[in-house]
Amino acid sequence: MTMMTRQKVMDQYFMDARHKLIDIAAFLDRVEGAEGDEDFRMTAFRDAIKHLEDGGNDRAKDVLMAFSDPTEDPIAKAPGKGACGAWPGENA
Amino acid sequence: MRFIEPHAHMVSRTTDDYADLATSGCVALCEPAFWAGFDRGSAEGFRDYFRQLTEYEPKRAANYGIKHFTWLCINPKESEDMALAADVLEVIPEFMDCPNVLGIGEIGLNKNSRNEVKVLEMHVDLAASHDQLILVHTPHLEDKHKGTRLILDVLKNDSRIKPERVMIDHVEEHTIGMVLDSGHWGGMTLYPESKCSPARAIDMIERFGSERLWWDAACDWGPSVPLAVPRTACEMRRRGHEEALIEKVIFENPKAFLSQSERFQL
Repeated sequence: MTMMTRQKVMDQYFMDARHKLIDIAAFLDRVEGAEGDEDFRMTAFRDAIKHLEDGGNDRAKDVLMAFSDPTEDPIAKAPGKGACGAWPGENA
Repeated sequence: MRFIEPHAHMVSRTTDDYADLATSGCVALCEPAFWAGFDRGSAEGFRDYFRQLTEYEPKRAANYGIKHFTWLCINPKESEDMALAADVLEVIPEFMDCPNVLGIGEIGLNKNSRNEVKVLEMHVDLAASHDQLILVHTPHLEDKHKGTRLILDVLKNDSRIKPERVMIDHVEEHTIGMVLDSGHWGGMTLYPESKCSPARAIDMIERFGSERLWWDAACDWGPSVPLAVPRTACEMRRRGHEEALIEKVIFENPKAFLSQSERFQL
């Protein structure tokens, strides 16, 4: 269990969370202000954002799952070495 | 404050980092075999790397009063090449009796391919047949959840593997539960951009308890902070946690897991 009161959590982490939230808002503005189409990463990002309004204490887990590959079997061949942060889908 | 850095790729770091680690209270660190940032051309390249990990790097660490331990493998990022993997697996036993070798690692998966799974199974067999500890790398980002499940299946399918002798590293909120439920240890990697922030790592200790968990910096040639563990300990102190709990996470827990190898002596 946390050692902190809700007031202490606010005092210790509010400014950091506020800063990150504004960065996300600015990122969305930047994406929408740019030319061209969005890709699968923004679809996953928008889906993940919905979980921020959830109750309970599984938001971090649910956001991580929104970006995760939901399939179960190993893929035939590694397409490369890197990960891009969101699952592109089975036909990618 | 004293701590053990249980996952650091020091061949990628400067001597200044060793000095900072020692100044911050690091008494020992463990260096798993890693991808170099490019694919090595042959098993001979790995033989040289294993010599660096078992001969040169311990001396470099000793200059700063830090004990250096290591783990051997071909990293999952190079596991798509089955022929290379097989060659490297033949080289590894040459180094298993070196005094700073703790086991096989960091093995695991990267993109969750069939060849990666086969090479993981070969590593698990090597570890089991030589009674070695195992350090597991779980995949990055979108591949982590699926990859962690596949890794747990491979480990479960080998009846020789004792869960308490396996550390599953790079857990996050969506994988920590399944790792602990399987009886393994879990590592949280403190990275500035991916994996886990200090605040989230402490949240997970508060939520899941402090048993069978450690923190590591996994510092390498990418964005990473060698002092991430002591900085997170300071953050834990700011939250009001007792020193005994902090020491358990950053010293006693890694010591308990790693001491399952008789070579881990402080």
